[in-house]
Amino acid sequence: MMNRNLQFDAEGRLRHFIDIEGLSRLVLTEILDIAENFATVGTQQVKKVPLLRGKTIVNLFFEPSTRTRTTFELAAKRLSADVQNINISTSSTSKGESLLDMLRNLEAMQCDMFIVRHNQSGAAHFIAEHVAPHISVINAGDGWHAHPTQAMLDAFTIRRHKPDLTDLRVAIVGDIKHSRVARSEIHALNTLGVPEVRVIGPQTLIPPEAANLGVHIYHSLEQGLQDVDVVIMLRLQRERMEGALLPSEHEYFTRYGLTESKLALAKPDAIVMHPGPINRGVEIDSAVADGPQSVILEQVTNGIAVRMAVMSLVLGRAPQGEDGS
Amino acid sequence: MPDSRDVNQLLGQMATDLRSLLATRSVSTPLMIGIHTGGVWIAQALHTALGLTEPLGTLNISFYRDDFTRIGMHPQVEPSNLPFEVEDRHIILVDDVLHTGRTIRAALNEIFDYGRPASVMLATLIDRGGKELPICADVVGEKMALSTRQHVKLTGPKPLQLTIKSEP
Repeated sequence: MMNRNLQFDAEGRLRHFIDIEGLSRLVLTEILDIAENFATVGTQQVKKVPLLRGKTIVNLFFEPSTRTRTTFELAAKRLSADVQNINISTSSTSKGESLLDMLRNLEAMQCDMFIVRHNQSGAAHFIAEHVAPHISVINAGDGWHAHPTQAMLDAFTIRRHKPDLTDLRVAIVGDIKHSRVARSEIHALNTLGVPEVRVIGPQTLIPPEAANLGVHIYHSLEQGLQDVDVVIMLRLQRERMEGALLPSEHEYFTRYGLTESKLALAKPDAIVMHPGPINRGVEIDSAVADGPQSVILEQVTNGIAVRMAVMSLVLGRAPQGEDGS
Repeated sequence: MPDSRDVNQLLGQMATDLRSLLATRSVSTPLMIGIHTGGVWIAQALHTALGLTEPLGTLNISFYRDDFTRIGMHPQVEPSNLPFEVEDRHIILVDDVLHTGRTIRAALNEIFDYGRPASVMLATLIDRGGKELPICADVVGEKMALSTRQHVKLTGPKPLQLTIKSEP
């Protein structure tokens, strides 16, 4: 490989999962296909397969998260791995230990994988650069940068409802600027061959570089929703807002909130998605969130299978020198 | 020179042996489960021959293998599909070739993760010898004593063909 991507090992196999950017369609499709196999594990009487028995996985969450942390934890447990959750606010970083010292200590405890969530863009990449060679890192969201497993579980959910991704029009609505989900989503959909990705939102919440990502930009929800197959609503990230980007939540809902009448502009069989947590009455009306076109809870279920797929793909690399037959 | 077998003849014999095994054990309504990929082809033929009314189950045992970290993932294999409850049922597990017994060990583990069957019988087209675990089949199409340098392979589904090759 000419331009060595940190995510691959010397033999070109996926070692870390940090960012969708730089991954091929082949790799993304492989993840989706493996996830398809794991989707049935949750319906078994014993919701567990012995694949990662004896592996130790550490959830390293520097930022609060319920859904992502829980589904990573469940995914690891359903693969029979041992999981350790580290709550950073009460850990030794508050006693002044540096991040690298903390990593060295976790390595000394013979861990195999770190799942990293951090409010700084590039945090998971930084950790991946510094971990011991046998350790894999998965990015569970870094700042405004990327949230690759969320993008993959969304692609998985879309593919289950609309198997031919090369014939779809997908709209991502809302706070694109502060959304790592949107960024990863756009890369994933482009790589998987979705021909038309639209982003819809007020000028203040769409970053100027969005045009370079090959998306169509709309500032009117009504125009942007015309004839789309998939509507992905984003959460209004109040905690990431600096300055007066929005007049008020009420006005935001009036212009960009998804209601039943606005959803009627999309294709009749369009599905509605949201990465959660949802702000009812801010970006989405309850009637839509709980309505027949909503697949929001399916996304949560699928998140477990997709995270199982990524974990087992990364930890299932054959030791160097052995060939798989 | 590759050696081959008439698979249909072996299947006919297996169906006869299975019928008498079921009669001996007084099992009237067994469930059948085939192991991907070759085992499913054999199971489809036996399922039809025995006239079973409940659908055929299929297993993809990749997640239960003991050599996962050596060979990695195989996403191209179809997912497991057991369209019935296995609890308290008599199950006929079907595979194409019985070799080390590790595949069957993995399949038994997976079946038990779906519930507790009343019994499990094993039917394989070929028992090629070389077992590494205390597992043997109840019904076998043909027993062979192959060396580690000989390989038996089933191709299909239409037509089903079995070839035995020796390394030079």
